[in-house]
Amino acid sequence: MAHSTASAPGRSEWDGGVSPMGVSYGKLMMWFFLLSDAFTFSALLVTYGLVRSSHDAYTGAVDAFTFSQAYWPIPERVYEAIPFFHGVEAPLVFVGIMTFILIMSSVTMVLAVEAGHRMDRKAVEKWMLWTIVGGIAFLSCQAWEWAHFIAGAETGRAVAEGTTFFGANLAHNQYGPPDFAAFFFFITGFHGFHVFSGVCLNFLIYYNTVMGTYDRRGHYEMVEKVGLYWHFVDLVWVFVFTFFYLV
Amino acid sequence: MAHGEDHAQVTVLPPNKEKIKKLWTVAGILGAVTALEFLIAFTMSSGPLKTSIFIALTIVKAAYIVGEFMHLRYEVKVLFWSILIPMIFVVWMLVAFVYEGIAISDVR
Repeated sequence: MAHSTASAPGRSEWDGGVSPMGVSYGKLMMWFFLLSDAFTFSALLVTYGLVRSSHDAYTGAVDAFTFSQAYWPIPERVYEAIPFFHGVEAPLVFVGIMTFILIMSSVTMVLAVEAGHRMDRKAVEKWMLWTIVGGIAFLSCQAWEWAHFIAGAETGRAVAEGTTFFGANLAHNQYGPPDFAAFFFFITGFHGFHVFSGVCLNFLIYYNTVMGTYDRRGHYEMVEKVGLYWHFVDLVWVFVFTFFYLV
Repeated sequence: MAHGEDHAQVTVLPPNKEKIKKLWTVAGILGAVTALEFLIAFTMSSGPLKTSIFIALTIVKAAYIVGEFMHLRYEVKVLFWSILIPMIFVVWMLVAFVYEGIAISDVR
């Protein structure tokens, strides 16, 4: 019927009665929310790119690298610690584990969506629970990462007053220019807050699934909408990972 | 109980094996690309080429996540472009501002 309305003379599919974009109102609004959220993250990453490229880059050998205010630090010398292995240099290994955790939780989310299409409540419960576990695991890793970044490395950095500064806060850090730590806190913090919100929403969906809300409603579209948000969080991490840890 | 009645009306379909297999394939690709990024991070010396490779691989990963996991590839064309075109402008903004940053460092 929708089709015949659209093809009637003098009427287009934008004149009402049909969904020109082929998705429900809720899903469409989630897409446009995510687009606006992408603008926010882009603004942060673009600013990071501007400030970073306006600082001098370290040009020497990786092995000879020392922390200095004179140039932007290279990431594999900053993020090289893993829990329980104090003093062992494992550059980027921990952040690799975090990336893997987030990709896996994205997969379990999409499996929950697939189960929702089949009205399979038990499978949705199972996969939502795994997604929540993945989200909490990622947040725990990030808490450790922050704690380590704030507490600082063994050597620290000599500051003007003749003392040594360890770790980082918003004004000083041992790794490089003050902006370096400020961007670290702001960008990974903003992303971490999104992950936290995502875990809360996922839990809400899990709760509603267990209570049979979506069975009564006759569809599991809420799983899809929150799934979109969760994949977006994973997507942002892909970019943060590249621009903060790799480049 | 009321709950039992609610669930009794629902018809559960069997798992879509083909679709699930495809999702795991995408997951495998994402994992493989990330592993490749790690390999490059430790074997190549830094420079514009290394940065370009990282950005290209990131776009590959983003395309798989948005296209397959978020299902955008299969949505109506209007929706697809409504999301994609604004992001193309953002990419331009990133390039412009990084270029600007390099100019600032030259002036300093």
